[in-house]
Amino acid sequence: MVSTPVTLLFIFILAAFVGYEVISKVPSILHTPLMSGSNAIHGVILVGAMIIANEARGPLEIALALVAVILATLNIVGGVAVTDRMLEMFKGRQQSRGARSEERGP
Amino acid sequence: MISSWPVLLGVTFTPVTLTGIYLASTICFVLALKALSSPRHARRGNLIGVAGMVIAVGLTFADQRIGHDWIIGVGMVIGAAIGIPAARKVRMTAMPQMVAAFNGVGGGAAALVSLVEFLHDVPAGVSPDKVVEIIFGLVIGCLSLSGSALAFAKLQELMTGRPITYPSQQMVNGGAGIAVVALGVVTIALPNLGTLAAMAIISLFLGASVVLPVGGADTPVLISLLNSFTGLAVAADGFVLDNLVLIVAGTLVGASGALLTKMMSDAMGRSLPNIVFGGFKPAVATTAGGGVAGDSRSVRSSDAADIGTLLAYSRKVMIVPGYGLAVAQAQHVIAELAKTLEDRGVEVAYAIHPVAGRMPGHMNVLLAEADVPYESLIEMDHANPQFPTTDVALVVGANDVVNPAARDLPGSPIYGMPILNVDQAGAVVFLKRSMRPGFAGIDNELLYDPKTVMLFGDAKESLTKLVASVKAA
Repeated sequence: MVSTPVTLLFIFILAAFVGYEVISKVPSILHTPLMSGSNAIHGVILVGAMIIANEARGPLEIALALVAVILATLNIVGGVAVTDRMLEMFKGRQQSRGARSEERGP
Repeated sequence: MISSWPVLLGVTFTPVTLTGIYLASTICFVLALKALSSPRHARRGNLIGVAGMVIAVGLTFADQRIGHDWIIGVGMVIGAAIGIPAARKVRMTAMPQMVAAFNGVGGGAAALVSLVEFLHDVPAGVSPDKVVEIIFGLVIGCLSLSGSALAFAKLQELMTGRPITYPSQQMVNGGAGIAVVALGVVTIALPNLGTLAAMAIISLFLGASVVLPVGGADTPVLISLLNSFTGLAVAADGFVLDNLVLIVAGTLVGASGALLTKMMSDAMGRSLPNIVFGGFKPAVATTAGGGVAGDSRSVRSSDAADIGTLLAYSRKVMIVPGYGLAVAQAQHVIAELAKTLEDRGVEVAYAIHPVAGRMPGHMNVLLAEADVPYESLIEMDHANPQFPTTDVALVVGANDVVNPAARDLPGSPIYGMPILNVDQAGAVVFLKRSMRPGFAGIDNELLYDPKTVMLFGDAKESLTKLVASVKAA
């Protein structure tokens, strides 16, 4: 890959700006789901865990890499599932609100 | 050369295709964050994040050229086998500590990636800049792991949620921080496992030690901060492994997490330094605030029949739900009480403090689960003007968010936090388990106010009795 440290730093700074700008205004009701959702996204460390697992040599490296894969997978599946459960509540509420407004209709 | 690149479903993974697919994955993460911050698209945002994850992980799997696939397969199966049931079964009230736990394991994974990369590369010799990157990944990952573990223990009530302080705590933390930096310099100059391991251990200590003095009510803000940290640790590992998706996704979480942390602390009317370091002060303020009146003050408590009658003959009742409601799983009973009162012609609404429950938005989620109509939930800014015309404020398992000290007592540790002005209602009914103070660990003058009536007991039991007595009234 043609990535020099300077290019990577360039990408890092741009990504920081994107991360900051993309969630400029969040209602407080969504703070918790957003935290949980971004928590799932840093589970992408699974990619790193897979890379080190792939190149691991000797029992110590293999054992540590295995633990890293387990923890990273936990991070992803747990984060996604918890976020989904939180947001499920909002979905249910929106539906019931729709149902009520239909009742009130003609 | 081309034949050495992996082929999957007819696609040859040249460096260009790899970068292109990683780019698709990172765009998914940006879109996921964007959607998660808007109420209409939040759920879709989570799914977009999953798509990005599947692309990144799938690609990495296809790109593996050597063996050891079994480690990845076994590890993923074990991780999923633990994580999915845990996340599915956990009660909504325990969500905050679940987020802390899943954040901690992410930090642990990031630290391990750094460590294994160090073990792998040291025999062959490593460049100083790579050591710097490894150190960042390891130290931040360790801080996040132990900090999250302690936050979990506090929220899960494995230990007290009160701030824990001891003399010269800040000196100890500062010393640990300096030790980490010094060991880092040594490790860069002379890469060796000894100093690196020592650095990891001190970082683990420091992460827990920084969380120790933070009060239970502030812990969610701290979890958000640690979430941002884990993102940065992942980004550091991206530098270590020259992996773009790790750098971009980690940085996205790091930056958005930092902003989210600021928004959360703003919602509580606190500054972040105040939350992280504020725990060092209240020990003094608490005794000053609570010691004035001593224990001579009397508390008026009553039984469910009396309070039921009071509620039944009111015109307007404002319910203020707090964590006690959540922990007693009483959201369904309170919805029933509200309905019973409404059937009698009493006007009922819920006043929701932004940090009611244990995390911002937590109470909205719990009441939505109990099918409480969205229109009945009134946010703090709209609820406060209504208290002077409210006959009874029914405070269920909340304490700090209605404590007038936050408004009137400049010395109080919670001074400046926006509160619900329930003291302006005609009468205040507190449903509490005991006189124990809330998370902030400070006394509430309102409990001793002549217009306040206490109903002691588990929130769910008390509410069930109230429903019966309102029906009988």
